[in-house]
Amino acid sequence: MRHIYWNETMERMDRSSLRAIQDERLRDVVRRVYTNVPFYRDRMQQAGLTPADIRGVQDLHLLPYTVKQDLRDHYPFGLFAVPQSEIVRIHASSGTTGKPSVSGYTSGDVDRWSELMARSMYCAGVTRGDVVQIAYGYGLFTGGLGAHYGAERVGASVIPMSGGNTARQMMLMEDFGTTTLCCTPSYAMNIAESLREAGVTIDRLKLKVGVFGAETWSPRMRYLIEQALGIDALNVYGLSEVMGPGVSMECLCKQGMHIWEDHFIAEIIGENNETLPYGQEGDLTFTTLTKHGMPLLRYRTHDICHLTDEPCPCGRTHIRMGPIQGRTDDMLIIRGVNVFPSQIEHVLLGIKGIEPNYMIVVDREGALDTLEVQVELSAELLGDTVKEIEALRSKIQTKLGNDVLVHADVKFCQPGSLVRSDGKAKRVVDRRKM
Amino acid sequence: MCIKQLSVFIENKPGSLADITGLLGENDIDLFSLSIADTAQFGILRAIVADYEKARRLIAEAGYTVKLTDVLAVAVHDSPGELAGILRLLAESRNDVEYLYSSVRNAGESALIIFRVKEPELTARFLADKGVRLLTQEEISVL
Repeated sequence: MRHIYWNETMERMDRSSLRAIQDERLRDVVRRVYTNVPFYRDRMQQAGLTPADIRGVQDLHLLPYTVKQDLRDHYPFGLFAVPQSEIVRIHASSGTTGKPSVSGYTSGDVDRWSELMARSMYCAGVTRGDVVQIAYGYGLFTGGLGAHYGAERVGASVIPMSGGNTARQMMLMEDFGTTTLCCTPSYAMNIAESLREAGVTIDRLKLKVGVFGAETWSPRMRYLIEQALGIDALNVYGLSEVMGPGVSMECLCKQGMHIWEDHFIAEIIGENNETLPYGQEGDLTFTTLTKHGMPLLRYRTHDICHLTDEPCPCGRTHIRMGPIQGRTDDMLIIRGVNVFPSQIEHVLLGIKGIEPNYMIVVDREGALDTLEVQVELSAELLGDTVKEIEALRSKIQTKLGNDVLVHADVKFCQPGSLVRSDGKAKRVVDRRKM
Repeated sequence: MCIKQLSVFIENKPGSLADITGLLGENDIDLFSLSIADTAQFGILRAIVADYEKARRLIAEAGYTVKLTDVLAVAVHDSPGELAGILRLLAESRNDVEYLYSSVRNAGESALIIFRVKEPELTARFLADKGVRLLTQEEISVL
């Protein structure tokens, strides 16, 4: 297996030099947030810290954690470390209620993001001459634009398809000779099935690799996608709060995702808020070293995984994270979109006459996730024609779609028919088998 | 002029309909007329009964979403062409009919036509002008 490196100096740097860069950049980011972000200055002062106390990575544990609620409390731009006039891009992801989590990027941030995504493309062997079809959504979601900039940076020919319209995806994949597919693993599976149904055999395609992310998937699913599409299927990881796709990326060795440590420090935090050693599973936590728009200290992703610093056969020295094993909160990932049950509740409670009893059922039909929201229908809301009930259903579906950013099927139930449990109601049923 | 109709939301699952009609039967509530609108997901049962308040309470207590809807009722002679005559008049009135159903109490005698329109008062007046008599709640109760 031949490995190529976008930035060989950085990617294969010896660990002690890498550590020296992290030390220096950590001191720098701490100074920047202390000076420019009142939230961090207050937190550090409460902890009795000044920037001088953070000499390097060994002092990281002294710093406060950042959680999603902090982003919400400072919505929309309160955690930006530069004036808004320096921000050239704004992305957002699901918040736990009506308001999203916002992330701002300076032009330098966009440049560094492109660099890291370019490294990630090289991890997959994608380079000039490749045709990259990006079927991640373009928009507030970082998937589309993140992959796009990285693929352009390496000089590939980029097809900015965005998600959906599978028939068109298949047509261009064949006609344009797509070599690289970027999308969620479940959408890759969907495309594979649609190709099979349409009788398109893989010898008619030029696909060689997939850069798949925004969802967890099983080794079995990886195997199925690889067989069906005749490709190497690789994991990419990222989140908008920290940057977007390209925070870490699997190389062709497929032994976990390399975290670009010259830009991020990763930690695994245990249930008692303690830092866990490599190998143990816990809450993946990131400190951004080079982001200027919205730097974050020790941001708790709530993604559960482990880290390893065992040398990788690809020659990159950056540590790897294992596949995401789950969440420490109740966030669901539906067709690549992060969904919090509390967002759905927020929408439902905003509709007069909806009983405060509901059930969220997540399932998988073929390769695609389905989201059904069961709602008890009150007499107040009951129209006595099919048309009226369907209109109400579509109104709720539209509202959910707008707020939660993923289509939900609303199903009306009789009052009292949904399961009530003692104490905390169980409102989510996830029937997906990964 | 309007009469009360029970409108019940039922999920498409076996036994719902038997459940509701059984409940009415056990409580000596006679069904004069009944129709069901159904979709893949749910159905709406519409029924005319004498003691609609009691029926509404019983059905609600059994856990169904139920409400009372104002509808119009006409008695016509049970012979060919009678329904068409009424429908022609309704079309002339230019008042949209949301739904309509009918039932026969005794074959050959009179048939009951139940319908819901957007503006029942307007339609009632229009039909009265054309010599069609609408049934009152009292008349329904003693059918």
